[in-house]
Formats: sequence, structure tokens, C-alpha cells
Amino acid sequence: MNARKLTLRAIALGYLLVILVAPLSLVVWRTFAYDASGAWKALSDPDTVHAFKVTLEAAAVAVPLNTLFGVLCGLAIVRRRFPGKGLVNAFVDLPLALSPVVVGLALFLLYGRTGWFGSWLNGHGYQVLFALPSIVIATVFVSVPFVAREVIPTLREIGDEQEQAAHTLGASSWQTFWRVTLPSIRWAVVYGIVLTTSRCLGEYGAVAVVSGSIQGKTETATLRVQEEYENLNTGGVYGISLVLAAIAVTTLILMSIVKPSEERY
Amino acid sequence: MSISVRNVSKRFGDFVALDGVSITVAPGSLTALLGPSGSGKSTLLRVIAGLETPDSGSVFIEERDMTGRRPQDRGVGFVFQHYAAFKHMTVFQNVAFGLAIRKRPRAEIRKRVAELLELVQLDGLAGRYPSQLSGGQRQRMGLARALAVEPSVLLLDEPFGALDARVRTELRDWLRRLHDETRTTTVIVTHDQEEAMEVADEVVVMHRGKVEQVAGPRELYDLPANEFVMTFVGQANRLGDAFVRPHDLELTLEPNGTTREAMIERIVHLGFEVRLDLVREDGERLQVQITRDEAEQLELESRQIVFVKPTRQTTFR
Repeated sequence: MNARKLTLRAIALGYLLVILVAPLSLVVWRTFAYDASGAWKALSDPDTVHAFKVTLEAAAVAVPLNTLFGVLCGLAIVRRRFPGKGLVNAFVDLPLALSPVVVGLALFLLYGRTGWFGSWLNGHGYQVLFALPSIVIATVFVSVPFVAREVIPTLREIGDEQEQAAHTLGASSWQTFWRVTLPSIRWAVVYGIVLTTSRCLGEYGAVAVVSGSIQGKTETATLRVQEEYENLNTGGVYGISLVLAAIAVTTLILMSIVKPSEERY
Repeated sequence: MSISVRNVSKRFGDFVALDGVSITVAPGSLTALLGPSGSGKSTLLRVIAGLETPDSGSVFIEERDMTGRRPQDRGVGFVFQHYAAFKHMTVFQNVAFGLAIRKRPRAEIRKRVAELLELVQLDGLAGRYPSQLSGGQRQRMGLARALAVEPSVLLLDEPFGALDARVRTELRDWLRRLHDETRTTTVIVTHDQEEAMEVADEVVVMHRGKVEQVAGPRELYDLPANEFVMTFVGQANRLGDAFVRPHDLELTLEPNGTTREAMIERIVHLGFEVRLDLVREDGERLQVQITRDEAEQLELESRQIVFVKPTRQTTFR
């Protein structure tokens, strides 16, 4: 190996070490070395358990919804022609471009007492803001792009010849989707789901604005970290952070195990 | 089963792909659609298969109007230039696809696929994935897949276009033999006139979205309908208003009144055949084809002056 390759590798590894590995390891180390009992105490606190439950509930709605939307949207953008296609394509990326806090503010205005939807919903006895629905809506919003963004280039790459072949062999559109299209894009979908899940678990800004962070009610795991930090309960901060990081790392490891080595045929 | 295309037109934006095309394909025949790229031959094939919707005109297969029908309801087998193999399926699953869609019993599928794989000489490779096959093998798998559902017509879109020359001739012969055995009405699209002449009973020559001539290979070569067919199917020299094939030029070393003078620019030895590039005084170029024996007798050399006379020529209008 020549010196140039070595230098490049050292820079890449060094960068990863400083930006990713070091902070993550620090979380692990601090959790156990610093205040392990405090971490455990914070994690077994019913409010923390509830916070994780809220996070998972929001993800449980957002992930399937955005997977379905992402696949359908990808198919529409790549395989169909319709007016306003460019606009749809651009709008899918909007949640990536917007700061989550702005998203939260927009939802706040929309669902607030005097907002367009809020006034009607409040009039009919539905509470959206400072309740689970607003957390779910915010989470869905910020995690829209990931499946679509993974699926679109893959659909473009495989082209539509295999689908045409399936049609000439007698397959309906539905059969073609299940037997040909979906198996061809399955790793893009899986990867999209992993990214969507990570985004849902990590969401902070938009949810912080709309949920009100009510302990044991509308507090998510990430908001709980903030809460513990403000209460100077460092053990709790590390403990909850560790669990969040562990979930993320586990999903990534699981995926690399399940995914076959020849990822693209 | 017969195919009849009546007055079909198709545009893509400003580009006219098909301009009032009508053709009839006889049952059990092997017909080639021949033309340069952009001539509309592939579009015509895709219109027959239902993969493209014509702007006007109609398509009949076995006397049944198929014009508005979806591809899956037409009973056609289609073979793609770039194979369109189902990459996530094994060779067996690829060939079995059409039968699985038709919910045939498993034992029957297994038997039929085994038969087909033997027919296309892929037995023993049933468990492989398309990525583990060569181009020629992939295309034979594509053929087996199309034949599995016993289509009433078999449509091939430049099936050998992506293969190297040797495999291409091999598969061409093999397709001809397969057709002689199965007698499935077959339409093959190609831009290679040699391929069309070699494999087909009848050739439809297309140019700019129109049919220029429909004829058997021999008639097409000997009695071309117009200038385009004359120059596209086989080589032709232009002598004033007339066209002369390179092998219809007689070469002599002495002038005799009706001959024209020319200089040999290049001699190309192609085994049995020798090809000469000549330049006339006025700068016009001629291609002459003679046999090796003739060339040896004349003791031809580069830059030599020779005299040519057409033995047979064609004039249009």
C-alpha cells in the first residue's frame, strides 16, 4: 500500500473517530464509570419508561406510514407522468431542508387554539397540541423523506424492463409489484426504514415545540434527556442517551448481518 | 398465429416513430423487422406486444382485435435486447414465472421448466442467478421464459444485439432451428441486414416510421423497391442514375470502350472474398467484390489502374 492510500485512510478513520466514535464511547464510559446506579435509577423511573413509550408509539405510527408513502411516492415519481411531479419531488425533501423547530412552529400555528385545524378540532373536543397526536404528527413530518430518497434512485437504476417482462408473461400490476418491483428494491426499503426509525427516535426540535414536555405525559426520550440535564441528574442523562444510542447501533448491526454481501445483484 | 397491424401511427413528442404502418405476418412464419435506428421497428414490435399504445390504428392477433388490451392479456412472448432477467430470481424461477402467475400445479411447472431448460441448453444451471450467467446464456433463459407460457406469437427485440459476434451467429442458427421445430409465429427486430436475411422467411424493411418493402430475403436483394432498400440491404455503388452491387462489377486490365477507368486504392483479403476500394478520376469511389481466384489471376496491386464495367445494374424511376 502506498503512502497516499495510507494517508487517505488515516484521515477518514481519524475523522470518524473524532466526530462519531469518541463522543459515543464517552457516553458508554461515563454511564458505567461515573454514576451507574444513578443511570439505572433514572432509567427505571416511571416517567422515563413512559417517555420511551411515547417515542416508540410515535415511531410505530411514523415508520409504517412513511414506508408506505415513500414506496408509493417513489413509484409515482419514477414510473408515472403526472402534472406537478417536479413539485412533489421537491416537497419530499422539504423536511430535510427545514429546521425541526420551524416545523414545530408551523404545526403549533396550524393546530393551536386559533389555527386553521386547531380551532375546528378544539371545537369538537380533540386536543392535538401538548398531547400525543401532535408528537406523532411532528415525528411523521420530519421522517417523510428517507424511504422515498432511498427508493427513487434504486427504481431509476433497475429501470422498468423487468416490469414490462412480467406484464408480457401475464402478471397484473399488483402481481408485478409484489413479485418483481418490491423484491428488487427491498434493500433500499429496508435501509430507508432504518433511517426513518433513527430519525423518529432522535427527533427533538419539532416535538419540543408542540408537545409541551409534560413529564409522564408528553415527554419523549430525547426530551427526557434534556429534562434530566436541566435537573443536573447526569446519571440519568448518560443512561437514557446510552439506551438511545444502543438502539441505533443495534439496528445498524442487525441490518448489516441480514443484508447479503452482494447487496446489489 | 397471424398478426395484422393496420394503419398504426405513434408519435413521441415531435418525433414520428410510426407513420401509418400496416403489415401482415403469416401464421408460423419468421418475420424480421429491419431498419436503421430510429426507423420505428422496435416501436412497432412494442405496439404489437401492448407495451406501447398507438395513437391510431389497430393490432390483430389471431384475427382478434388486441388494440386496447393490456400486454398480459395478449398471449405474446417478448424477448428484450438487454434480457430483462428477474435478477432476484434463479434461472428456474425466471422460466417458471409465467406458469407461477397462471397458478399451474408445481409438478407441472417443474416438468415444463426442465423441458425448456433442456431445449435452450441450460439444464444444470437452474439454480444459478442471472448475474452468474454469460450474456448468451441470459438471452437463452429469456427465450425459455417467453416460451414457457406457450405464447401464440413470439416477439424478439434485437435479441442478439448485446452479444459478441460469435455468440450472435450461434444463437441466430439456433433460433432458426428452434423455429423450424416449434413453428411459433415469430417477429424479430434487427438493424443487422445479414441477421435478417439469414434468419427470416420474410423481411419488412422500415425507414423513418414507414414500411419501405416487404419481401423474402432473395427478392429484397435482387429486386429492391427503392434506393433506400438497395443501399440499406447489401452494399451498392452509385453510377450516375444507376446502382450496382460490388459483385456485379467486372474488372479488366485493358479498356474496351464501355469500361471506365479507376485506380485501386486498397485491397482487403477476406478469405474467399477480396474487396477492392477503387477511386475514379472524378474522385468517385467504387467498391468491388471478386473471388480470391479472380484476384490472383489478375495479379492486382495497390495503386494499379484497372477498368470496370457493370454486368448488372438497377435504376429507380
